[in-house]
Amino acid sequence: MYEAMIAETIGINGNNRDVIQAYYARPITASPVPGVIVLHHMPGWDEWSKEVTRKFAYHGYAAICPHLYSRLGPGRWDDVAAAARAQGGVSDAQVVGDASGAAAFLRSQPDANGRVGVIGFCSGGRQSYMLACKIPSLNAAVDCWGGRVIAPPDQLTPQQPVPVIEMTKDMNCPLLGIFGNDDMNPDVAQVNRTEEILKELGKDYEFHRYDGAGHGFFAVDRPGYRPEQAVDGWKKVFAFYEKHLVRS
Amino acid sequence: MCTWITERLTVSGHGKGVADWMPLTRANVYYDHPVSAPLDHALIIDFVNEGAGTGARVSVELSAESARELLRAIESALTTGEAQHDLAATGRTGE
Repeated sequence: MYEAMIAETIGINGNNRDVIQAYYARPITASPVPGVIVLHHMPGWDEWSKEVTRKFAYHGYAAICPHLYSRLGPGRWDDVAAAARAQGGVSDAQVVGDASGAAAFLRSQPDANGRVGVIGFCSGGRQSYMLACKIPSLNAAVDCWGGRVIAPPDQLTPQQPVPVIEMTKDMNCPLLGIFGNDDMNPDVAQVNRTEEILKELGKDYEFHRYDGAGHGFFAVDRPGYRPEQAVDGWKKVFAFYEKHLVRS
Repeated sequence: MCTWITERLTVSGHGKGVADWMPLTRANVYYDHPVSAPLDHALIIDFVNEGAGTGARVSVELSAESARELLRAIESALTTGEAQHDLAATGRTGE
């Protein structure tokens, strides 16, 4: 079997049609392919985020990882991430616009099957949950240990002014949640509460929680990496996308 | 943590970056995911020169224990006569 992919940095139209950087990886195939938007974690548009993007291409998805801090450049990704942290992150509204642009880009490709999912890690997990509520055209969303889905008032900021849990009523696509039971943000009680609200509102969701894992346990370059739990978690992700992006 | 909670303070001093010394105008302090240190969370300080671009930055990522020790060492160093004299000149002794 011949396997190949193309992976490269490109420019896409994000929020307000601003041109932002994005890392784009897709398989070379004649078959229609679904799309996945990869939201990088808080430390930035780093090597691991790009590895994840290529992982989706390897599994047959056209994947794009928009550089959410792109406007704070030019510069190295870690310096730009530091600038983003200094200003309290980027605004939720801008992230919605950037992800909408990424989804439109994926759907405009000649080999697209028309279905697009989103996945995010850490702060990106929260953003993925938010996008499931804010972008009606998304077909599936994966929240990997997104912190502050339930945010107390003292954690609300001008950039993130609304707790995303309050957006749940507008969730318009199936949600997969992956969590470590040793995580402190979100902790078990917060994940329980999120699940209660999803259930109350009749949303299509599935949660998987792992013992012996904390925050960010997929990240192979960090001490929190838990290979056994991560391997199983990735299987859950691909089964979820197979169901909602490939076979639907 | 992903909290985006950052303490920001105006500073006066210099830091040595990769190329050379540069003036510092601000320090951003937070406890969150580091970029390089092999830790899940770290006390991170970015000393920056805001007018010189995103790369004008001296950054440290310390374990919580190391950061606490640094704090103790800084407090100790500031008890010297010279430091107390300089602090007195700014009217901030004992803060």
